[in-house]
This record gives sequence, C-alpha cells and structure tokens, in this order.
Amino acid sequence: MRTPRALVSALLLTTLAACGSPPSGSGSSADAQDEIKVGVLHSLSGTMAISEVTVRDAELLAIEEINQAGGVLGKKLVPVVEDGASDWPTFAEKATKLIRQDKVATVFGGWTSASRKAMLPVFERYKSLLWYPVQYEGLESSPNIFYTGATTNQQIIPGLDYLKEQGKKKIFLVGSDYVFPRTANKIIKAYAAANGMQVLGEEYTPLGHTEYSTLVNKVVQAGPDAVFNTLNGDSNVAFFKQLKSAGVSAEAMPVLSVSVAEEEVKGIGVDNIAGHPVAWNYYQTTDTPANQAFVKAFKAAYGEDKVTSDPMQAGYNAVHLWAEAVKKAGTTEVEAVKKAAGGIALERPEGLVTIDGENQHLYKTARIGVIRPDGLIEQVWDSGEPIKPDPYLKGYSWAGGLAEE
Amino acid sequence: MTAVVNQLPIGLSIAAVLLLVALGLTVTFGQMGVINMAHGEFIMAGAYTAFLLGDLLLALPAAFVVAGLMGLALERGAIRHFYGRPLDTLLLTWGVSLVLQQLARDLFGAPNVQVPAPSWLSGGIGILPYNRLFIMALAVAGVAGIWLYLTRTRLGRRTQAVVQNRRLAATSGIDPGRVDMLTFFIGSGLAGLAGVALTLIGPVGPALGTYYIVDAFLVVVAGGLGQLRGAVLAAVGLGLLNSYAEFWSDASLAKVLVFAAVIGFLQVRPQGLVALRSRALT
Repeated sequence: MRTPRALVSALLLTTLAACGSPPSGSGSSADAQDEIKVGVLHSLSGTMAISEVTVRDAELLAIEEINQAGGVLGKKLVPVVEDGASDWPTFAEKATKLIRQDKVATVFGGWTSASRKAMLPVFERYKSLLWYPVQYEGLESSPNIFYTGATTNQQIIPGLDYLKEQGKKKIFLVGSDYVFPRTANKIIKAYAAANGMQVLGEEYTPLGHTEYSTLVNKVVQAGPDAVFNTLNGDSNVAFFKQLKSAGVSAEAMPVLSVSVAEEEVKGIGVDNIAGHPVAWNYYQTTDTPANQAFVKAFKAAYGEDKVTSDPMQAGYNAVHLWAEAVKKAGTTEVEAVKKAAGGIALERPEGLVTIDGENQHLYKTARIGVIRPDGLIEQVWDSGEPIKPDPYLKGYSWAGGLAEE
Repeated sequence: MTAVVNQLPIGLSIAAVLLLVALGLTVTFGQMGVINMAHGEFIMAGAYTAFLLGDLLLALPAAFVVAGLMGLALERGAIRHFYGRPLDTLLLTWGVSLVLQQLARDLFGAPNVQVPAPSWLSGGIGILPYNRLFIMALAVAGVAGIWLYLTRTRLGRRTQAVVQNRRLAATSGIDPGRVDMLTFFIGSGLAGLAGVALTLIGPVGPALGTYYIVDAFLVVVAGGLGQLRGAVLAAVGLGLLNSYAEFWSDASLAKVLVFAAVIGFLQVRPQGLVALRSRALT
C-alpha cells in the first residue's frame, strides 16, 4: 500500500499546480436569459504564460467596458476563462469544452501558431468562432477564425521595406525553430532575392534556448548590416543580453524584432535592447485618442506600472469588433455574425481598422518603432494608411509559389 | 578561422554554466540518490533573490541561504519519507517544481523580470565578456568549495561516510538524518548560487528552472553519480561538444548530437565517466 499513497501525493501536487490560477469568472445558469457567455482561452501557466496572461487581461477589460456600456443586445457578457497551459492539445480540449459544455457565443484566444492550428479543426467542426489576436505567419484563412493581429504583409514586409530604406543590404536571419520563423524566413528570402538584398545566414534555435554565445559569434563573423529576429519568448532575453555583452551595438548592427513588444522589453532589460528597431501595428505611445483612453483604462484596472502592447491591443480590439458585429447582426449566431462582420470599421488604439469580410483579417497600419531608453517604443516609420490583409501574398509577384509549399 | 578559435573559450564558458547548474545536483542526486526535479526551481529562487536584492554580490550568499532553506524544507517535509523510492521521489519533486513555478508566477507575475548587471561586469577580454568570466570563476570556486568541504571538514567526511555505507556510519555514531539535511541544504544552496549567475546571461522568469534542469541531469549522469571530478569532466566535454556541434551545424542539431553522444557513451559506460567504488551502493 505504500506506492499508491506516494502516487496520490505526487498527483495531488501536480493537480494543485495545474489549478494555480482558477478561472476568474464562470457563468451561473440562474439568469442565463440576460447573459451571453464568451470564452477566453490563453496559457495562464507554462512557458507561454509570460505573453498570454496580459492578453487575457486586455480581453477581460474590453468585456468589462462593454458591460459597463450596457452589454450586447441588452445582455451582459460573462467571460469563461480557461487555461491552455502552453500545451497545444490542451488548447483543443479546452476549446471543445468551451463550445460544447459552456456553449459560449465565441472564443477569444491563442498565441502560438501551434495553439491556433490545434484549435482550428475544433472550431471548424463545431462551426464556432475563434478570435486570434497575435501576428502570425499568414498562409491561413479559416472560415471560423477572425485574425486581429498582423499577417505577414502588414508586419514582416513593412519591416523589410524599412531596412531597405535604411540602406541595409546584408541581413542575417535568427529565429526560433518552429512554424512562424521558418515561414517568415521563406518570405524574407524571397523578398531579399527580389530586392537586391543578401541573406548572409539563417539560424534557428529550439524554443526556450538560452545559450547564444555560439550564435552571436556566427553573426559577428558574418558581419551583416542588420539582423532580422523572429525568436520567440524567453530566448529573446538570452539573445539580447549575450549580444550586448559581446559588445555589439544597435548602431553597428540593428536587430529588427517582430516578437518583442513593450512587455518583453522589461524582461530583457532596456539597457540590453535600447536603440534596436521592432515592427508592429501598435505601440503604447501610438498617438490616437482611442489609445489614450485604452492606456488609461488598462493602467487603472491593472496598475500604473503596466504597459500595453500590440497583442494585448489586438485582443482588446477583437472583443469590441465581435460585439460590434453581434450588434449589427442582431444575434450571436455564428454565420450571421460572420456575415455582419465584413466591412465593420472602427477607430481603435492602433488607428482605423476594417474587417476584410473575405479572409477575416484586418486592414492595419504597419508601424516601425525604436526602443527608447525608458522602455517604451517610439514610432519612426509607418505605412501611411491601413494595409489590406493579404495572408497568401497574392499581391506580391516575388512571393509566387510560397503559399503552395 | 578566428571564429573556429573563438569557439574554444565559448565552449569553456558553456561548460561553466553547465557545471554551475549541475553542481548542486551532484550533491543531492549524486551523493544522496534523490532525483530532485525541483532543482531547477531552486535555481529560479536564486535568480529571484537577485531580482529582489538588486545587487549581485549581496545576492550570492542570500540566494545560497534562500535556496538552501527551501531545499531543507523539501527534504524534511517530503523527501525524507520517500528515501529508497526513486520513482516516487521523481513524481513528488516534479509536482513540487510545478507548484513552485506557479507560486513564482503568482508572486512576481508571469513576465520576465529584469536584474540589472553591475557596471563592473560590462566589457570583456577577447570573445569572452566579463560576465562569462565571472560565471567561470564562480564555477571554479564552487567546485573548490565542495571539494574542500567533502575532504577537509568533519561534516564533509561524515557526509561521505553516510554515502558510502549508511548503516555502518550510523553505528559509528553519525546521525544520517542530520547529514541528509545538511547535504540537501548545501546542494540546494548551490542551485541558488547558479540562479544568481544566470541572471547575467539569461531570462529571469517562472520557467527559468525548466531551461536548465535537463542539462544539469545530463552532466551528473554522464559524469558519474556523485563524482565531483566526473561532473567537471562531463561539463567541459559537453560544453565543448555543444560549442563546436552548434558552430558546424545549428542549435537544434547540436542538442541532438549532445544527447546522442551521452546516450551512446552511457551504453558503453553506464556508470558514467568516474565511478564510485563502494560496497554499499546497489
């Protein structure tokens, strides 16, 4: 009888760990007539919690704002929060639970492409709706997903346009070893070939990798004009710390990142990354009236020291865009909401966004920023107007064949 | 060509990181046979101690004590009841590691925190920055400290006696329970030291421990359980292998090569590089 007791204690501990962050709101069935349940599904534990917890916060803030303003169709929104636990099968499982058991009207969630790809068949099978708030590698357009982050032609290609404008001819590609960086780098290499740029090297490291001295040595030896960085998560901290201590300055070799926002800058240490450029559609400093209100509301809800970032803002927008579509449709029924969503245009913190009814992405303004010594990001370049989303890069002659691979 | 030469000191500095994270494990896993999956979280506790104090030198002794006390609590509160049952201990400590990660997330927030590096560590000699040299020096000091403790102090000799033959040591008047406590305190404390050093080069967040725990076990197993000399040799070997494998291929393949090398090596020599000769061990 000794082993079972030990096993029970061990399992109990694991279960406790998994329950570390209990869902903050679960609907009661008593007044189900006056409420609409919506799912919020992000990693609240595990390696991706670093990024996803604040997106959840922004989505809950938007839900709260909508309820303050009287709800949707006269009903209050009730969030059902679930933890994807940085584990892709868990995302699929929790998505199924939200749809089948909680019967939510829609789900806001996901961060990594792996989590989205795990949830996609679930939403398609149950004809439900997912709002995915993070920039991603494109080449996807599910009828059951709305993409409120940037696709490649709204972030990566503008980033390359910026480097080209700055006269950077030789670039080095550094990324984490999974679908987003590998797809992004395929696009970057096609762009470089068409635009007279030279790719000196292409290096991948496993997710969670923390030892960058060899890679820094390789980059320094190659001597590029700029580095295009698609590392994800904690690896960025190690990479920038070790790049800085190797004596590489942002002036000599700028590193353009597409996964480092305000929140990550704090963890990397601003001394290690100040002066390097990043590519997004939104910064905390973006000068729009809607953004001033968003930053103020977010700080009021979660603390003065909190920063806002692009994915948080995209999650925040997703909730408001969905609510707008429901109002227009007069129902939460998925097909009607999808139909109503096309063409909805709202002034959001990042500026005007419009839902493209065809591919369910957003028209977004691309913005390049440079990290300031105070940790915020200052815009140095923008695309002037919202760019039409083109997830399959059909509008770029040099990108022919990329979508087929 | 210079790049190839550069990989040598880089390999040694990787070795120093490996050695530092594995040093505590050579004591707890190696000497006591406890598979402590929460070792990584003691490293994390050390890193957060540095974050709270904001001063590297002050943080070194403080992190040793903080992580050491956490280890002590774990040993007294739980592991003590599981001696001789390695698989149960593995599950138990794995659970504890998850609890500690979530605790850190609740206490300090999910995002990484920043530990400012002291200004006297900026700059470097050749390819090696001062912070890498500092880590190498700390690893050397840690090894020397453990060696002196085990061979030159009464307590250390008692520890060795308990490791080599627990019952005989007990009949000679040594209290094995107290030795276990002390050994676990020191082993966990060393993890805390490693945590402080790692703030110089890596992320400081709740998942910090998970990035190093596998490498730490790799070094201890390849080096031979509880063998300080083995751990040093294994760390240097794996560090250099890692450095050159990554240089000639890429980081993902280098990881595969290192694992393949260790698995292959253990087929030939299951007891690791240096084996302890003892009648008491099974």
